[in-house]
Amino acid sequence: MSGGVDSSVAAALMLREGHEVVGATMKLWGGPSDSGCCSVADVEDARRVCQQLGIAHHVFNFTSDFERDVVAPYVEAHAQARTPNPCIACNTHLKFGRFLQRAPLLGFDAIATGHHARVTKSATTWQLRRGRDVAKDQSYVLYMLGQAELARVLLPIGELTKEQVRRVASDLDLRTAGKPDSQDVCFISKNGGRASFVGERIPLRDGRLVSTDGDDLGAVDALELVTVGQRRGLGLHAVSLPERRYVVGVDLPNRTATVGTLEDLLVGTLLIDEMSWSCSPLVPGAAVEVQLSAHGRPLRGQWLGGPHPGTGTVVLEEPARRVAPGQAVVIYAPGSGDEGGDDEREVLLGGEVVLGGEVVLGGGTAA
Amino acid sequence: MLAYLDHASTTPLCPEARIAMEPWLSGSFGNPSGSHAVARAARQAIDEARDKVAAVLGTTPGDLVFTSGGTEAANLAVLGRAAVAAGPIVVSAIEHHAVLHAAQRAERLFGSPVRVVEVGNDGVVDLKALGAALDRTVSIVSVQLVNNEVGTVQPLSEVARLVRRRAPGAVLHTDAVQAPPWLDVARLAEGADIVSISAHKFGGPQGVGALAFRRPVALEPLIYGGPQERERRAGTHNVAGIVGMAAALEAADDQRVEACDRARRLRDRLRAGLLASIPAAHETAPGQEKLPGHCHLVIDGVESESLLVLLDGYGVAASAGSACASGAMEPSHVLVAMGYRADVALGALRLTLGHSTSEADVELALRAVPAAVARLGGSVMPAMAVTG
Repeated sequence: MSGGVDSSVAAALMLREGHEVVGATMKLWGGPSDSGCCSVADVEDARRVCQQLGIAHHVFNFTSDFERDVVAPYVEAHAQARTPNPCIACNTHLKFGRFLQRAPLLGFDAIATGHHARVTKSATTWQLRRGRDVAKDQSYVLYMLGQAELARVLLPIGELTKEQVRRVASDLDLRTAGKPDSQDVCFISKNGGRASFVGERIPLRDGRLVSTDGDDLGAVDALELVTVGQRRGLGLHAVSLPERRYVVGVDLPNRTATVGTLEDLLVGTLLIDEMSWSCSPLVPGAAVEVQLSAHGRPLRGQWLGGPHPGTGTVVLEEPARRVAPGQAVVIYAPGSGDEGGDDEREVLLGGEVVLGGEVVLGGGTAA
Repeated sequence: MLAYLDHASTTPLCPEARIAMEPWLSGSFGNPSGSHAVARAARQAIDEARDKVAAVLGTTPGDLVFTSGGTEAANLAVLGRAAVAAGPIVVSAIEHHAVLHAAQRAERLFGSPVRVVEVGNDGVVDLKALGAALDRTVSIVSVQLVNNEVGTVQPLSEVARLVRRRAPGAVLHTDAVQAPPWLDVARLAEGADIVSISAHKFGGPQGVGALAFRRPVALEPLIYGGPQERERRAGTHNVAGIVGMAAALEAADDQRVEACDRARRLRDRLRAGLLASIPAAHETAPGQEKLPGHCHLVIDGVESESLLVLLDGYGVAASAGSACASGAMEPSHVLVAMGYRADVALGALRLTLGHSTSEADVELALRAVPAAVARLGGSVMPAMAVTG
């Protein structure tokens, strides 16, 4: 329980269904923070909600695991000019790693979280689906859940819209009913930001911006923080260019970021090399939808298998902006993003974190 | 069924304290600083309480400052002394955070460097290291009478001798918060200049404590306002709390010998039983003189955070190290100072007995702890691996 409204209501709904429920908050970040799931005020909110619900509340100190499995890789990714998603690392190693492993030791059959997504079962297979509230859907950050995890994870608020979640909370008079959603990375403070957090841990060096033709377009601070697809903050307003320019690649050893047009950024094919399947691997030729960022629009495509079940290629129907290394590509059954999509069409199939620039093929406008 | 085995954290109010407090929670009231009859009655209650506390602590009634608890008393000692006397602050590495954090604050406020004295793996302050930390410039030395986590009794008279010889200008403070139900504080703390106690550790109420002066020591107050406590601690007295503390301290002192015998017998059985049934369990500082109610173990390969949750479910209230602001467990600074690796220190289990502990409490713990350890994957002797 993070101390937010979603996990508060998740606990309340589990109780309502008659389960024996105990609340737990993971203490993850030991350093300064002004938002997110780690501050003392948020732990207090979680505890007060548990008191209101009449259940026990425990705090688990996972700060050293969090430092090792989330913060250090986050910093290391920046050192390699990747754009990491620490929430995915946290879900993999902490929420659905350390925490899920601890639960049975303490005698619990399952863990429930306040994610907007759903777990269903058809015959013998567990399925991870988008949440009912498509705008709030968080299935993207849960792609690492395989069959073993899905069997022991409950997502009770996935059937509700955010508005309904808040209504349940206010009907129960929970103190978190009106609490704003947390948006940012929990260990990065607003006033310092990403640059100061990373800059305190690794040296940030400037680099050159070059065009796709090799022309020098000026300097950029902190090349380690430059992201593929980035348009703002490059200082290119000083250079008169006919159209908007985007970062299309970062070359750390040569200390350059290549800048091009939107067309230069587009790719038609995604090469996948370590897919984490949520259910059984797809057969080659299957129609899919892919989502390339946490709230990105689902894009239609076709899955072409590779030499191993975890490798393959997605050919997109229409070109899309290339994925920054470190971000996740998540594959869904087709039609998953449709409003009111039926149950066959909202299943998350798998995902992976893109590690290197080389996994994105066809640096131009491949269809 | 609940076995409360966390008496070092807080112990229930004893009947003597409850009876003494009762009038001050119902009919009687009054601000002891006033001049009318109602105030005089409250003043008399405070004065009588002061006599009792001073007698047990081996000081004179005027040399006692009532505080809101042990933490305030320790803060007053360290910060109050550092404010009036420049010079290094010497503390043992296993002091309570009330002393350690106050010393760090004094360093920031007054620039008095903090010298932290090592302890051995026996949980006892290293006298050689203490000697090396002392010199004529030292303003205050703080060494606890008993460690609150592992329960080891510190050699305070040797500490006092060293301080007098090497740092004659220094004030010696001892945090005796864990001592009163078990030890003769007046005798053991004889060499100390100032002594902190806290009522709820010996059957008194929470929120009240005292700093006793065995020799005159000038301290800058922490709290300013009225002239209470001879202008050493402002604020209207907590009459019921002070009266309850005095009654509890007197009762604890009267019953000390029997209480020790009883607790030691139960604790020895608990400790021997757990060590026999859990091969991965080790006693910390074995063979050292410890409080009779203290049973402190480290269990290899078991995380106390999980162990405490399971024990809670089995009805055993226990503790491990210290908790941070969120309530999460932190590796104990005491165990780390004793040379335990941080991951091993996360397997600590502290069971502390008190005046209300029964045979049945010990029986329950003897079943529950091995069951919990087995559940967490720790090895236990087969006969004991039965879930309660």
